[in-house]
Amino acid sequence: MNYPMIFYILSRVLQLQGVFMALPCVTALIYREHQGVAYLIVMVGSLVLGTLGRYIKRDNQSFYAREGFVTVAFAWILMSLVGALPFVISGEIKSFVDALFESISGFTTTGASILTDVEAMSKTGLIWRSFTHWIGGMGVLVFLLAFLPMTGGSDMYLMRAESPGPSVGKLVPRMRSTAQILYGIYIFVTVAEIGTLLILGMKPFDSLALSFATAGTGGFGILNSSVGAYTMGQQTAITIFMILFGVNFNVYFLFLMKKPKQALKCEELRYYLIIIVVAITVITANIYNSGHYSTVRDALHHSAFQVGSIMTTTGFSTADFNVWPTFSQAVLVLLMFIGACAGSTGGGMKVSRWVLLFKSCRNELGRSVHPRSVRRVHFEGRPMEKSMIHSVERFVVAYLLVFVTSIILVSLDNLSFTETFTSVAATLNNIGPGLGVVGPAGNYSSLSILSKSVLMFDMLAGRLEILPMLVLLLRGTWKK
Amino acid sequence: MKIIVVGCGNVGGALTEQLCKEGHNVTVIDDSKESVEALANKCDIMGVVGDGASYSTQMEAGVEQADLLIAVTDSDEVNLLCCLIAKKAGDCSTIARVRNPVYNREVDFIKEELGLSMTINPELATAHAIARLLKFPSAISVETFAKGKVELSSFKLDAKNVLVGLQLKEVSSRLGCNVLICIVERDGEVHIPGGNFTLKENDVIHVAATPRNIVKFFRAMGMATKAVKDALIVGGGSTTYYLAQELISSGISTKIIERDAERADELSELLPDASIICGDGADRSVLMEEGIARASAFVSMTNMDEENIMLSMFARKVSQAKVVTRIHRIYYDELIKTLDVGSIIFPKFTTAEEIVRYVRAMSNSLGSNVETLYQLVDNRAEALEFWIREESPVVGVPLSELSLKDNLLLACINRKGSILIPGGQDKIMVGDTVIVITTHTGLHDVKDILED
Repeated sequence: MNYPMIFYILSRVLQLQGVFMALPCVTALIYREHQGVAYLIVMVGSLVLGTLGRYIKRDNQSFYAREGFVTVAFAWILMSLVGALPFVISGEIKSFVDALFESISGFTTTGASILTDVEAMSKTGLIWRSFTHWIGGMGVLVFLLAFLPMTGGSDMYLMRAESPGPSVGKLVPRMRSTAQILYGIYIFVTVAEIGTLLILGMKPFDSLALSFATAGTGGFGILNSSVGAYTMGQQTAITIFMILFGVNFNVYFLFLMKKPKQALKCEELRYYLIIIVVAITVITANIYNSGHYSTVRDALHHSAFQVGSIMTTTGFSTADFNVWPTFSQAVLVLLMFIGACAGSTGGGMKVSRWVLLFKSCRNELGRSVHPRSVRRVHFEGRPMEKSMIHSVERFVVAYLLVFVTSIILVSLDNLSFTETFTSVAATLNNIGPGLGVVGPAGNYSSLSILSKSVLMFDMLAGRLEILPMLVLLLRGTWKK
Repeated sequence: MKIIVVGCGNVGGALTEQLCKEGHNVTVIDDSKESVEALANKCDIMGVVGDGASYSTQMEAGVEQADLLIAVTDSDEVNLLCCLIAKKAGDCSTIARVRNPVYNREVDFIKEELGLSMTINPELATAHAIARLLKFPSAISVETFAKGKVELSSFKLDAKNVLVGLQLKEVSSRLGCNVLICIVERDGEVHIPGGNFTLKENDVIHVAATPRNIVKFFRAMGMATKAVKDALIVGGGSTTYYLAQELISSGISTKIIERDAERADELSELLPDASIICGDGADRSVLMEEGIARASAFVSMTNMDEENIMLSMFARKVSQAKVVTRIHRIYYDELIKTLDVGSIIFPKFTTAEEIVRYVRAMSNSLGSNVETLYQLVDNRAEALEFWIREESPVVGVPLSELSLKDNLLLACINRKGSILIPGGQDKIMVGDTVIVITTHTGLHDVKDILED
């Protein structure tokens, strides 16, 4: 294990976090809030420590998959720890565990909160919460790769460990250009959303905070009613942008390269849109028929918002789906597990993994009828390697392992089964709200410290797609 | 530049690594997923798995935007087809590896008709490199610059050498000839030395001078300066064929030991003037019988790297011959350096270097001023030739007043055909070609030699 190199990269992450802290500091200046002092302290601290790290001697440049996993896992833990400090220092969140939960929930773009009254938070705290979503959405190491010159072989291992999806490739030959393109698209769409919301009459602070949270598919709101208090037009705009951020960024890149035909051919995108449309339709029918909404338009609006929010793992809400009929709830919980597209900012198990699993499952079924049949799984117009299918299957097993273990541990809190199950599902898939006490109108504050710790692990594991976090627990990782 | 490399085997890998290091955007194509992945993990490139000669694969690799496609797969035909398609689909420059001697004879026609920018024959390039060494047996390696007007030779200082213990500034006056010691390798480190550097035993030094001066220099040290008289080659592959051809034409009598009877027969057909021995070159008695002890040059070119190393060590032990070892695949730099196997030739680097040199020249027209580039000491130092086309901060100032980068040396100035080994009072003028030796990589303009 190349510790100097890992510490070096971690120090750059720290430095970067210091830079990011400038946003809440500026916000504090604008709104004349004393909480800004806490952010300033942490900002200076991380900048100093991070800059000192530049002098770490790193003669040994060897950097392999193992180092990549460990660096990414530690980078996220470090970011979350530092991101939690200002909440505690400013006194806005008293307990450190709660602050850390909030911070991890922010960076992993989960949006699960322990705050009972969001509106009591200072504007400084609110913007930092939303901004952590934005930072975590595309990934901080990708950001490092885009703007800081890194050395040689480490890049690919870092990107692969941080980016979601079954296979991670580059858009262009150079890592740095790839990362820059990704962030370019990310920033562009974020700005587009801010602009749209402003035009639709939202206050500048709200539009900024909500856009950050949408872009990272996070879900921290700044009102107790999440986004329920905004106008229908604004909610519709957020619905559209949520769905846009759940799309594989490769698609946007293809549009950028003026290859719209190829972009629209993307198989994952098609399935993603089909699932969304089907889910919206059945939920609309269900909640309209059960009499929750008087007009089809209202039903459609809320159904679309909730489906977009859950499917992309954002976790905003305009309606309390706790009171919706069970069928709609079941569909939403199902969407939690499907998640967004690979290579988007969303979480969950990713549409492409499901498509691959279903296709290989279908082939397996076919083989029981024609035992001698040979059939490769095709995806995105090309045959998939067996190793790819295997890695997806292994991912699912690891995922289930974490899921089941978490449920057992959280069940010690003696919540109802629905609540236990959805609290784990909502954090491991980086969504935020579950059902019952952790539902859209509730929060996670009543859980025990053990449950909170388990869910914190789940959020990190979910965002980093399980493996980097599990690698940390392997003994072989630490052996010389 | 945007470059597509088809085939990531031995040469493709070495080539990609070097091009990537020099800041080009490289995409590789290979039909083996494993090799593409291994390479993509090693350097910052994009990989495409597929048939490089297929139009759709090339489109996927972005041939439309590419400036250059280099086809170095195992098959000549595939390489040529790759280039043909790339030419039509992307209208880019193309380089193909063509190694079949039959095609090689018709290479000019092929180049012309298929619109290739360059063809490269690895065996021929290797043979050239070896022949250069045998014509100058005292040196470990020889490179030529400025169209042959300057040579850079390297050799190892043994304990008896008169240079041991001298400071560099004393060397020219002591030996009475104008040479410049540009690079010193000591204990695995590469130094670009200053005047106060003291030479020690076992240093490998690289000396730049005109061919005449270098001969004088070697003579002053009491080292052999003439080409070898005869050469013993073990292994009869195509490199051997090209090498023997070149050696024989320059009057060096050549003996080839080949294990396979059929191939030996074939060689005797192709090379009527060489003596072909059908026997096991790894057999001690065969070697002794064929006069390894008296040979003035020994080249080990069997297909097995390990065998080559063994044979060369044996040759060093039992004879005074100039020994050249060809190593294809294994690359344990630290280890091989310590073995006594004479000069080592890595065909993959030789080939990759020739291509890189072309790429450099090509990117010249796109903004860089490097005329030629040579990789020295296993790519740890570079010699670059700059042509001074216009006024710049380095022109007209005495060299002693320029603040040059560390580990950088102005080796010589070629002014209207005459070679100058520059001192502190000399100035660079417009129209000169200057050769710079440095351990920095990625210099694009002569201005880059100055400290930032």
